[in-house]
Amino acid sequence: MSAPASDAGERSWTSSVRDHVAGLVPEGQALPDRQPAYVASWIYVFGVATLAALVVVVASGVVLAMGGAAWWHTSSLGHFMNSVHLWSVELFFAAMVVHLWGKFWMAAWRGNRGLTWVTGVVSFVTSIGAAFTGYLVQSNFDSQWISGEAKDGINSIGVGGFFNVLNTGQMLLWHVTLLPLGVGIIAVMHVVLVRRHGVVPPLDDEREEVAR
Amino acid sequence: MSTTHAPRRQRHTPDSHDYPTRRYDLVKEFVIALAIMTGLSLALAGIFSSPDDKAITMAGWAQGDPADFVATATGELAGTTTSATYGAPYNHASEGQSVLGLKLQKWGGVGIPINSADLVLQPLRAVTGDAGLVNALHQWDALSADQQTTEATAYADALATAPDGDPAQVQRGSYGPVPALTTSFLGLASSGGLEGSLTSAGTFYGTDQTRAMLLLSDGAFLEDEAVANQLGGDQWGMMNEVGNYPGQPWMWLYTFWYQVKPFSTSENADTQVWALMMLLTVLLMLVPWIPGLRSIPRLIPVHRLIWRDHYRRRR
Repeated sequence: MSAPASDAGERSWTSSVRDHVAGLVPEGQALPDRQPAYVASWIYVFGVATLAALVVVVASGVVLAMGGAAWWHTSSLGHFMNSVHLWSVELFFAAMVVHLWGKFWMAAWRGNRGLTWVTGVVSFVTSIGAAFTGYLVQSNFDSQWISGEAKDGINSIGVGGFFNVLNTGQMLLWHVTLLPLGVGIIAVMHVVLVRRHGVVPPLDDEREEVAR
Repeated sequence: MSTTHAPRRQRHTPDSHDYPTRRYDLVKEFVIALAIMTGLSLALAGIFSSPDDKAITMAGWAQGDPADFVATATGELAGTTTSATYGAPYNHASEGQSVLGLKLQKWGGVGIPINSADLVLQPLRAVTGDAGLVNALHQWDALSADQQTTEATAYADALATAPDGDPAQVQRGSYGPVPALTTSFLGLASSGGLEGSLTSAGTFYGTDQTRAMLLLSDGAFLEDEAVANQLGGDQWGMMNEVGNYPGQPWMWLYTFWYQVKPFSTSENADTQVWALMMLLTVLLMLVPWIPGLRSIPRLIPVHRLIWRDHYRRRR
């Protein structure tokens, strides 16, 4: 069955979104099975290691969420899952920091990749917020002390009335919904941008051209 | 008149797709990375576990350091504690912190209004069957605001000069109902009756610990415990946890500023450190467009190590 002739040439919202999404990454570059030959260093592993650790963070967090906010205090399995959550976060940040420094020394923002760098930094900062709220919602001595100290910093910039670190219920919801959502969205944007522009070529390969 | 400009030369980064390629299995790389990260997380969790020191309870505080508990309760009635004199977002008692003349804390407004005296009086008013307490509350309510402050402050001063701050050894004076109120408050907390009382605030479901945490933070008991665990503000406590756990090492720079002057001695340290960290974060974000900063990778050739195979082939 074909569309009526009068529809020919008309663009719908759906086709516009489809074309935009399809054009985000050049054809074949979303999951390429070949990479430029210069991609041959262990430093490249830390980007994917960060993503892998994020998967472990989210998965262990989901298990903790299923048990409830205080489950890990009373269950040995819950405590173990909390430990997995903690150490996967440590690994996540370790990998992310090495990745960030690696990209800095590659000057990986070259060739219109500035937005890729910015989304990486925003992802790092958002992740710090997500991890920080995790320390606030442990409902133990650490969270008492950390929240008591942190309130002064947050209040001093005038946002304590909206983002109240002493309100455990509010922080728990930020920790399990808003901040992971933020980290996830920015991480997806970052990966799409990486695939869109490809891996930055080596320094010193650049040509000098006269600007017009 | 005409001027001649020297041609401006720009570096042009080649297209990555123009380079020779080699096989690279991204999915396999991710699956291996996921297996390693999962294995490492499980191993570290199994070997090192995670810290879980029990939260301080009001009963633990009242029993462990009754003098501090009574002094804190008296301070709340007198309006002299940290939270009572805090400013936004709890009250209008002070201007709060500022940076470069920007009164950010004040401008945030009082979004969580809290009367410090209510941290003591509200739980006491819920107690029934104690005629002495009811009488003391009636006496307190009958006083003017100035009289309340005067009598509570006088009792706070007397506690400060008593041996070990012991309420039983306070010199005689005109303290009105304050000793009776604080003694009842100590008894209520010691029996466990204060647990959840400030959190639920008259509702069945209590998920907001703000008032209980402000009361606890106003005392010295929490900080003494923290300092004993190497968690003080001048002990890099902002990024640490109890024991030898790594805590939040990614916050080292934020914590660092609190250890050095002028921040370590500034009354506006929190605002100043936040402002500085925001500035540094923006700078990090804008590195690609900041002349000088963006050239550091060319000047310190770490990239020669990263792409050594490529450079060798090119030669």
